[in-house]
Amino acid sequence: MAEIIDMPKLSDTMSVGTLVKWNIKEGQVVAFGDILAEIETDKATMELSCTVPGTILKIYAPAGSQLPVGDPICAIGKKDEKAPDPKAKAAPAKSAPAIPESTGIPCIPEAPKSSNSPAPAQTDGSRTKISPYAKRMAEKAAINAASLSGTGPGGRIVARDVAAAGSAPVAPAAPSGPVNVAVTPPADGKGIQADADQPVSGMRATIARRLVESKNTVPHFYLEVEVDAAPLLAMRETLNKRLAEAGGESALKLSVNDFILKASAEALRKIPAVNASWAGTSIRQHSAVHLAFGVALEDGLVTPVIRDAHSKSLKEIALDAKALISKARAKKLSPAEMSGSTFTVTNLGMYGVTGFFGIINTPNAAILSVGATIKKPVVDASDRIVMGQRMIIGLSGDHRVVDGANGAQFLQALKQVLEAPTSILI
Amino acid sequence: MREELKRDENVVIMGEEVAQFNGAYKITEGLLKEFGPKRVVDTPISEAGFIGLGIGASMLGIRPVMELMFWSFSYVAFDQIVNNAGNIRYMSGGLINCPIVIRGPANGGTNVGATHSHTPEAILASHPGIKVVCPATPYDAKGLLKAAIRDNDPVYVMENTILYNDKGEVPDEDYIVPIGVADIKREGTDLTIVAHGRAVITSLKAAEILEREHGVSVEVVDLRSIRPLDEETILASVRKTHRALLVEENKPFCGVDAQVAYLIQARAFDELDAPIGRVSSIDAPQIYSKKLEDLQLPYPARVVEAALKILA
Repeated sequence: MAEIIDMPKLSDTMSVGTLVKWNIKEGQVVAFGDILAEIETDKATMELSCTVPGTILKIYAPAGSQLPVGDPICAIGKKDEKAPDPKAKAAPAKSAPAIPESTGIPCIPEAPKSSNSPAPAQTDGSRTKISPYAKRMAEKAAINAASLSGTGPGGRIVARDVAAAGSAPVAPAAPSGPVNVAVTPPADGKGIQADADQPVSGMRATIARRLVESKNTVPHFYLEVEVDAAPLLAMRETLNKRLAEAGGESALKLSVNDFILKASAEALRKIPAVNASWAGTSIRQHSAVHLAFGVALEDGLVTPVIRDAHSKSLKEIALDAKALISKARAKKLSPAEMSGSTFTVTNLGMYGVTGFFGIINTPNAAILSVGATIKKPVVDASDRIVMGQRMIIGLSGDHRVVDGANGAQFLQALKQVLEAPTSILI
Repeated sequence: MREELKRDENVVIMGEEVAQFNGAYKITEGLLKEFGPKRVVDTPISEAGFIGLGIGASMLGIRPVMELMFWSFSYVAFDQIVNNAGNIRYMSGGLINCPIVIRGPANGGTNVGATHSHTPEAILASHPGIKVVCPATPYDAKGLLKAAIRDNDPVYVMENTILYNDKGEVPDEDYIVPIGVADIKREGTDLTIVAHGRAVITSLKAAEILEREHGVSVEVVDLRSIRPLDEETILASVRKTHRALLVEENKPFCGVDAQVAYLIQARAFDELDAPIGRVSSIDAPQIYSKKLEDLQLPYPARVVEAALKILA
């Protein structure tokens, strides 16, 4: 009996999927686990693997087509079997749950590998563990429960997690309704762009929701430190020269950001109080440093995570960052690769921004904001005015978890590492 | 009981040792002297016989208050208690009432062994036509007993001999605690404990520990009546705290709390932030060893432990 494979629901907010590419052809024999196709959701491009071995009888949806979740995309059955009429199945499949655990739609997306800590409450394609009350709270506040980390038994999302996400009845709700923006068109009729309402993408909606939650519920405080970047830049130049000599064209090139990431992990090792999260009734300290860093995309921003940065060398961090950046630009980051961070680094130095303060990427306790390195006169140790290369680094802290003093100690530790950067090679 | 004997000449006391011996637990002390042998009657050791006598009398307008030396002995009068008393109004098409009250101790914890320690409130309450109440405080004991005596249906009052020694405010005046109305014995916001009988007292102790040592605000709902069950008070409390722990001295299998747990999940599922917890007696015949029996029954530390698990 032939099975019809439907467009799977690969994220909570997905309603339509784009069939980027078919990896199989009609008539081809497929086995359990074969990658059938690549499907782009509102968040990422994911691989669709097969759980029904057999022969591809028919491809209903050509590559490049956009289909609502639940629409048939192909049929698998016995060789020479007649492909079933997709309409026969399409109708009832609409109301079927997204991805049943055992029966129904036979293909499941490749589950992203789970990280050990802290566990995101949901890995894509599996059930979200959430208490009935928390679920109702999340629905009321229009929060995507799958994006929350559960602090209940077995990672269950409970009411306090939803409350912490800023949706508690007591917390001010984010304005979610349409905002009436009345702006008159330009007098001469020639504007810089058309007057238009651009629909909000899934990524943009996530950014909006998470940052409003963070700013509304986390008491931010801000610290700033100026770092002498000259030794760091000198070391980077030397190292990159050596790497280029050894590796030629394909050589790894270390970015300033790689050094900052490595130095942040080292500073967190010294001041672990910053590597923690507010958990409602407790402060959760994290044994591992999972470093998130901002990657700007054309239509938004993602924060991929370098796992176990505390135990990785500068080179490993640089390679991880490079791989994550290219995945981010190709929109191929899995949800697991974007969750479970304990600290975040953002950098606008390449745009010449001298200093800024990011919004905390919850449930992190702090975010580091790195500015450009600027040449300017400084007073040296012997009170002479000399040319200095200075970098301004800002820290936004969650005052529930971190106080001014340990935030400052963290920046002090970071400054020490960055100004004597050879230590990070050990 | 004295007030009710004075108020209504149809009220009579019957049971083993209730008259000349002044009651096995001295509940009926002095009543024979005051009201005479027509109103306060000693019976033979024959539960099926004298309960049947009381039921027959109640059908003719007498309001007997029967004492069972132990509710465990009700089992030999089960046909009378359940089949006859429970069904007569229905079977007679509403022509015959059965305003009998049966009261007596129904509890473990007194080192009297497996055959004397039954808590049959769940068994009895599973029969339509029967009302069951379990007072936890002296105030409720008086008010519920008065309500039971004045009720036109059979009402079975489960008392706890350990609580006989508890002292509490009891007004002298005539007052009634209505049957089927639960009472919030302690207000709280983080967790609801539902209990009845002595388990209420245990739960209140546990709530104090939880507040003092763990900063948890616990609400304790005393059912007072098992049937009719005050569903709305339970549900309102769960809707407030979103977490429920059910504590009772019954054995867990088909206990009262099995019914309460069903109720909560059926009508307040979306309010629950954690699975419903239960603390009952350990599921075994009542242990004769006093030390082990004390551990078999719910005690505050066990309630605290179960509460913290739900609050995790």
